[in-house]
Amino acid sequence: MSEAVNRKMRTERSALYNLLSRLYHNPLGFFGLILVVIVVGSAIFADWIVPYDPIAINIRERLQGPSAKHLMGTDQLGRDVFSRIVMGSRIALKVALVSITLALSCGLVLGLIAGYGPPWLDKIIILIFDTIRSFPTIMFALAIVTLVGPSLETVILVVVITTIPVYGRIVRAQTQAIKNNEFILAERAMGANIIRILSLHMLPNIIGPLLIIASMDLPGVVTIEAGLSFLGVGVRPPTPSWGSVLNDGYSFIRNTPWLIVSGGIPLIITTLGFTFLGEALRDILDPKLRKDI
Amino acid sequence: MWIYLVKRILLATIIVITAVTLLYSMILAVPGDPVTVLLGPRSTPEMRDTLRAQMGLDKPFYYQIGHFLLNVLQGDLGMDVFSNRPVSTIVFEQLPHTIILILASIGWAILIGVPLGCYSAIHRNSFVDKLTGVFSVGTIAIPSFVIALYALLIFAVELQWLPAIGAGTGGTLVDRIRHLILPALAVGLGWVGYLSRLVRASMLEVLGENHIRTARAFGLPEHVVIFRYALKIAILPTIALLGVGIGYLLSAAVFAEIVFARPGIGKLIYESVMTRNYPIVMGSVLITTIFFVASTMISDIINAGLDPRIRENL
Repeated sequence: MSEAVNRKMRTERSALYNLLSRLYHNPLGFFGLILVVIVVGSAIFADWIVPYDPIAINIRERLQGPSAKHLMGTDQLGRDVFSRIVMGSRIALKVALVSITLALSCGLVLGLIAGYGPPWLDKIIILIFDTIRSFPTIMFALAIVTLVGPSLETVILVVVITTIPVYGRIVRAQTQAIKNNEFILAERAMGANIIRILSLHMLPNIIGPLLIIASMDLPGVVTIEAGLSFLGVGVRPPTPSWGSVLNDGYSFIRNTPWLIVSGGIPLIITTLGFTFLGEALRDILDPKLRKDI
Repeated sequence: MWIYLVKRILLATIIVITAVTLLYSMILAVPGDPVTVLLGPRSTPEMRDTLRAQMGLDKPFYYQIGHFLLNVLQGDLGMDVFSNRPVSTIVFEQLPHTIILILASIGWAILIGVPLGCYSAIHRNSFVDKLTGVFSVGTIAIPSFVIALYALLIFAVELQWLPAIGAGTGGTLVDRIRHLILPALAVGLGWVGYLSRLVRASMLEVLGENHIRTARAFGLPEHVVIFRYALKIAILPTIALLGVGIGYLLSAAVFAEIVFARPGIGKLIYESVMTRNYPIVMGSVLITTIFFVASTMISDIINAGLDPRIRENL
């Protein structure tokens, strides 16, 4: 018994070790991993990293360039930009994690219903999915903002609504592909109920590729949040967001280039990091997915 | 083919109708009265009643949607309450600016991206191929508005090579082109990467096929094999992507227009969001959605015309 457990642990550890070593030999993937560690690390340890309060105003030191005192300079209210950028990683990752989790759950349920349920229900769900996907994302986001008003929750709502169809469609396709497999038919012949079939037999076969795709969606979600905040309709001030730093920089572009430079860098690091890492992981874990994207 | 054509057009129509219904029910589902949102909290009850009757909001839900749909079909998107001009006129005034920007962006992206993809596929695993790979993943990932802001900062503000704001309307053609360069650069850059990647992938697939081997065995010159036989097939997925890509291009164009203060749909919708002028917001969303649905449909039809297998799947 304990021998079996030991062996299982050993193979699991070696699987993780195997993954990491393959990642290490993929230069781009490894580079992505380093960038991701930087971003996630600064979000987790933000409280210890920030030298100043990110929303503390100090008019006397406004619009300064980078210096030893302020690593990335200060904005039009004299707030320390480096502190705002580090704290901003929290907002960015929070929005991304919350909205992707919500969209994933809703997409999973709707996709399973569409794939496994009656054809008329499938047609309705697919029509709604197609309709939502036919709105240009940012236009749709602005329409929702006009109606609901700008806030962190609105940003999350926009991301959830626009990404549910992506996950829903993948789940539906996967469900339909394995719906008529023998092990499902056997289960049904034995009289298992729908909940058991879906959660015990369908789900494990769908979740893998779905998680890889979800992790590759992360840069897109961070972009939507930063974009809406840049337009001034996302996260409300004075909450530090990368997009609002860019918005301040755009207003004061004639006074200082540093706000835009430092607002863009974390966005570039995050999007590149997660994309490089995601692509490498996908190639290692599930090469078949490569063609679908 | 005709059956496919009719089915595809019918599907597009259904999607547009669903989109209109969805947009309109969103207005009604939102807590708070759209009239109050529009007029502001300081409006009098009489003002609100007048506007409500004017917009037909006192009628039942199904009547409103039906009425709205019927009006949209006749090209009537309602009146803008601020300027008292038809919404459709205002939107169609701005649309050409956005279309020019999109065409310019996609144009230079095709000119650079497709040859780059071909070269990478032919010289697989060469230095240029690897560099193109990294470059394309990078440009796809980086948000287009960050590229737009950096381009504005570097080329317009610091170096002052190109104008920073406007579209140069009223100026000479050269002036307009100079105004177009930076926004088109920002919108198209990600597409250079996208296209080169796509063309490379499908080119590699086609180059491995039997008819290419046969063509080579017959001793045809390499450039004939590549351009006459391989590229012709490899370009298909790219055409399909262009139609779908119009939606993403529209989103990127919105940001480029705002960053460079260019007239266009993006700037119009943004300014309307700021003043909470929702008839204009809804009108622009609707027009761009129809534009998007139509372009997806056209690229689907072109694809089905070129590849009969696609026709079976609708």
